[in-house]
Amino acid sequence: MTLETLDAMVPEQNVPILERQRGGGRPLDHNGAAMIHFENVSKTFKRQCVLDGIELQIGLGERVALIGSNGAGKTTLIRCLLGEYVHEGEVRIEGQSPRAERTAVLAKVGFVPQLPPPLKMPVGQLIEFSAALCGCDTGRIAALAERLGLDVGRVRQQPFVKLSGGQKQKILIAIALGRDAKLLIMDEPAANLDPEARKIFFELLAERQATSTMLISSHRLNEVASLVNRVIELDLGKVVLDDRVADDVSLAGRLACRIGVKRREPAFEKALGAWSFVASADGLEWHGEVAGPDRLRFLGMTSRYVGLIQDLQLSEARGQLQEVA
Amino acid sequence: MKSLWLTARLDIAESLRARWFGIYCLIFGGLVALLFAFGLTESRVLGFIGLSRLLVTFIQLTMAILPIFVLITTVRSVAGDREAGVFEYLLSLPVGLASWFWGKMLGRYLVIFLPVFVAMAAAVAWALIRGIEVPWGMFGYYTLLIAVMGWCFLGIGMLVSALARSTDVAQGMAFLVWLTLLLFLDLILLGVMIQGRIAPEIAVGFALVNPLQVFRTAALALFDPQLIVLGPSAFVILDTFGARGYQLFALAYPTLLGVICAGSGYWVFRRGDLP
Repeated sequence: MTLETLDAMVPEQNVPILERQRGGGRPLDHNGAAMIHFENVSKTFKRQCVLDGIELQIGLGERVALIGSNGAGKTTLIRCLLGEYVHEGEVRIEGQSPRAERTAVLAKVGFVPQLPPPLKMPVGQLIEFSAALCGCDTGRIAALAERLGLDVGRVRQQPFVKLSGGQKQKILIAIALGRDAKLLIMDEPAANLDPEARKIFFELLAERQATSTMLISSHRLNEVASLVNRVIELDLGKVVLDDRVADDVSLAGRLACRIGVKRREPAFEKALGAWSFVASADGLEWHGEVAGPDRLRFLGMTSRYVGLIQDLQLSEARGQLQEVA
Repeated sequence: MKSLWLTARLDIAESLRARWFGIYCLIFGGLVALLFAFGLTESRVLGFIGLSRLLVTFIQLTMAILPIFVLITTVRSVAGDREAGVFEYLLSLPVGLASWFWGKMLGRYLVIFLPVFVAMAAAVAWALIRGIEVPWGMFGYYTLLIAVMGWCFLGIGMLVSALARSTDVAQGMAFLVWLTLLLFLDLILLGVMIQGRIAPEIAVGFALVNPLQVFRTAALALFDPQLIVLGPSAFVILDTFGARGYQLFALAYPTLLGVICAGSGYWVFRRGDLP
């Protein structure tokens, strides 16, 4: 489909977006063929229009941040993509309808919801059920959960609903990544993870980067900016921004960090401990590693103690100085 | 087919963990125990040596309890799961909608039928051990009647769950359905007949459309083949169906009603928003 035909199809209010797409030089198909097509998708709940003529194409290998405030239509868009909502217009994943051909389409999709479902079933049963439906190995899911820092053997008999927020998130991520999904749809996937698990999570995403398309939803761009190479913002059911972002930071990249502090402060020490930092003997110098995509979050944490910090150094693993504060 | 069994197994496991299932088993197990403790003793006093009195009492009580129990627990769990976001997640997995809906129905059906059947079968087993005569024909027919009753009200429950978008509405609808069927057993029918607005045949026709009344009459028919307790209505029923015919009708009609309701529920579920 050419830009001219798209111009003819979309409502007038979407024209600036197309101009932005042209201006930004982003091809409609990232890798030659679009994986996901939204064609004039609209969804209305009791006369309230939640999605309004969405036109989108997402290519294989793209990592898309879907951002927008509450009620912007992110969850509705995701549910349309999962074939869970009936809607006007057409949604296609690799040319197939997620509604009419749901088993074939959903076999290619890994989904992590924002709010873990209150499942009373034991963790082991959830893993077995998911693995049996998706035709994958329970061992692979368990191994992924282990990498994220969750011992499945220990929680296997526990009801899923009784786990902590982070543990639930790890299980859901492991189930989504534990199969050969070509499309990963994640709603604030790292929100409940501790820094170490986030680091591993980014590595896991990096491993899938070449073979999967990722759609990551969040309220705020800074939560997911470092994970993605394209940003789509929704507002009142319309796409109000569709742009590429700098993609210089590798998902698997790590930054060596050194922090010097003026004096010891238990709260800061505890926060750095959570990031697996190690202190010098006098407790005035700290060393550790920060996952590349997590650097904004890390700097956000350190900004709370800015009066305490004497110097802060972040360097890429190869030794090149990245940022000095 | 694999997804259907997986969904059925999941639903069975969920039900076995649920509190309602414990109460459900306790009620029917307790009923049999109570009937043995009191009913059978009384039967001996009155000269009964068989199990038929216990079975009749059991089936009458089952008819009072099972429909509302099935309706409320089904809509609570199905509509509740949807409201809580369970559907959003589980239906993002590659499971067909038919496998999901009918798998849930199958799992739940086994869970509601088996405890009632096991309670009745336990009574029979105990009777055999004690050397009490077992009316096998009655036991077999009541087993079928319970199986059909469970299916019929489960079908209605699944339809209500598909139509209602929230647990509260689903529970309200389920309760209303049960109350309507209950009122049409006697009260409303008697009222309209007394006022002379409809012909007695039509009133009896209404009664025969009501699955609760169908079960009630069928259970009585085995114990009282002339349906004397029903009064003049018995003539219409027996003239239309015959005793044997009515027994078959009491199995076929609720089964069909269950299929129609469940089928309509599936149609609504498949065409609408899933979560």
